[in-house]
Amino acid sequence: MKKLKYALFTGCTAKQSTPEQMMSTMAVARKLDIELIELTEASCCGASHLQDYDDFLSLVLNARNIAYAEKHGLTMVTICNTCQLNTAMTKHRLDKNPELKARVNEKLSEVGLEYKGTSNVIHFLYAIIDDFGLDKIREMVVKPLSQFNIAPFYGCHNIRPSELHDESHKQKENPYNPTSLDDLIIACGGKNVDYEEKNKCCGFHVELQAPHTAAVLTGNAIAGATDNNADMMVTPCPLCHLKLDTQTKSASEAIGREVSLPVLHMQQMIGLALGCSAAELGLKHHVTEVNFI
Amino acid sequence: MSTNKISTQKVNFKVFRFNADVDYLPYYENYTMDVTSEEVVLDVLNRIKWDHDGSFSYRRSCRHGICGACAIKVNGRSTLACKESMTTMVEYFGNEITLEPLSTKRAVKDMIIDKGDFWEKHAAATPYLVADIDECPSCENLVSPHDAEELDEADLCIQCGACHYACPVVEINSDFFGPAAFAAAYRFESDVRDNDKQRLIDVNEEKQGVWDCVKCFECAEVCPKDINPIDKITKLHQMAFKRGVAKNNVATRHAVGFLHSIKKHGMLDEGGLVLYSEGAHIVKHIPVALQMFRKGKIVMPWNMPKSDNLDEIQKLIKSSSTVKF
Ligand code: SF4
Ligand code: SF4
Ligand code: SF4
Ligand code: SF4
Ligand code: FES
Repeated sequence: MKKLKYALFTGCTAKQSTPEQMMSTMAVARKLDIELIELTEASCCGASHLQDYDDFLSLVLNARNIAYAEKHGLTMVTICNTCQLNTAMTKHRLDKNPELKARVNEKLSEVGLEYKGTSNVIHFLYAIIDDFGLDKIREMVVKPLSQFNIAPFYGCHNIRPSELHDESHKQKENPYNPTSLDDLIIACGGKNVDYEEKNKCCGFHVELQAPHTAAVLTGNAIAGATDNNADMMVTPCPLCHLKLDTQTKSASEAIGREVSLPVLHMQQMIGLALGCSAAELGLKHHVTEVNFI
Repeated sequence: MSTNKISTQKVNFKVFRFNADVDYLPYYENYTMDVTSEEVVLDVLNRIKWDHDGSFSYRRSCRHGICGACAIKVNGRSTLACKESMTTMVEYFGNEITLEPLSTKRAVKDMIIDKGDFWEKHAAATPYLVADIDECPSCENLVSPHDAEELDEADLCIQCGACHYACPVVEINSDFFGPAAFAAAYRFESDVRDNDKQRLIDVNEEKQGVWDCVKCFECAEVCPKDINPIDKITKLHQMAFKRGVAKNNVATRHAVGFLHSIKKHGMLDEGGLVLYSEGAHIVKHIPVALQMFRKGKIVMPWNMPKSDNLDEIQKLIKSSSTVKF
């Protein structure tokens, strides 16, 4: 197989509040011999909030990010569900609307850039599944997670709207019964936990303006995983991670029940199974301690 | 026309049963049926009633995806029974199919729910044209095709409630308008003839309005008419800024804060965003922030990473901004 190479859009969270996500992404890429070229010029995608204020500006900034991936001639890989949603949504809108694309390009030309539509945008989870292959992961596992029940938490923005996501990756995901993360858990030797909240929302995006709603959703998710005997949760999204890992106190208060589970980033789970050390994967950066290592 | 042969397969149905007049608790009844590839979910409901239990109750009228009466949940997914093919459902969920009302909490009899909260929210969104139109006009009130496009199909909503009862916020916060009411509000806010002043203010109010939407896209996923309510919600946010009715509160500052941050760093300054959004209320975040700090999860302002070619980003913000707050 040819060496896989992607343009990496890190997003902001991996550079700030989830340093462990950046560390484990790079560690896993090294293990899998995947080359990631970091798009250091990229700006924030606006996290689905900037567009509420200024839709056109949000399109221009996201198109600029993709234009840098195009300059490298590479597929863009994201490591955050919301980055994936915003970037892929921008691509979708520009590719199907030449008039809008022209307006955006008129602005980008002021800084010598152009959005062509030549680079695909795909979340790292699906790059691994589509391009690398779970069979190969399975073969490479040296320390299977066979002693653990692991609850997948998919995060809304990787599975809904399904029409959008079906454009970017080959693996077709049923938003009502997603399987990719379950398959990945199994490939890493773990036991996947089925629970009602696995495809539900964690409430991250209204944490400031509607803290009660956000806390109930997080609480329900952790409680659902716990009640189905999960030892830990795993997520492909750093925002879900922040919510599930750092907000257990407000979540417990909101649902009137003490809940807390260690939460791994998808990259950390793969890293563990492939034999990376706890230090390489940044496990010490979790608020809810990863106590089984 | 496809010439596919009609196929038949065995499906096990687990069906929600409840009669508020006689039951204390709901229960599930099992029916096993041969289902053909031609059938829709409503055909199954009919056959349960006709072949198994005449007391089984559900709503339907048009059988053509127009009246909005027949929405129920199939394996947790809101759907229009008369439009949803059984083949698709079996493809999605396999041969074990659970049929439930849109909201088990609001069940009255089997699939029939009390949709009162839905209609209350719908009415509160002023779902009609407010305009000074001459009662005996001498000519039509024409709307150009270009202006009509602004509605973006929001007028196709059949009030089936599928999105409303799929929305996690509706479940938690009884003040929340919900996606269908927002779509209705958008339908009239985007109508050039409308001159209501209050509607946009109401749907932007904290606790009940668009700012409490968690952006989960459940509503977009379920809508049988492809209305995409979350997209209409986004447009209501934008309208609030454009028409100057956006209040200065934590929700609006949270949206605007992204711009400030991107202007300064290219990237988002997470701490800076919380501070900008919350103002003095930042204190309530201190306990969690301290925990995060101890785990190396907080970047100090003087260490904030910046995007390369920040000048490009700043130039684009200057030239491409379309809104002021
Ligand atoms: S979604 Fe979050 S992490 Fe991703 S770019 Fe936007 S702000 Fe940054
Ligand atoms: S699950 Fe939470 S963080 Fe993840 S996409 Fe949904 S709201 Fe955002
Ligand atoms: S996107 Fe918003 S309105 Fe739609 S279902 Fe989710 S929370 Fe409700
Ligand atoms: S927006 Fe769609 S799902 Fe919601 S009530 Fe209208 S037609 Fe039904
Ligand atoms: S019966 Fe009218 S919409 Fe289904």
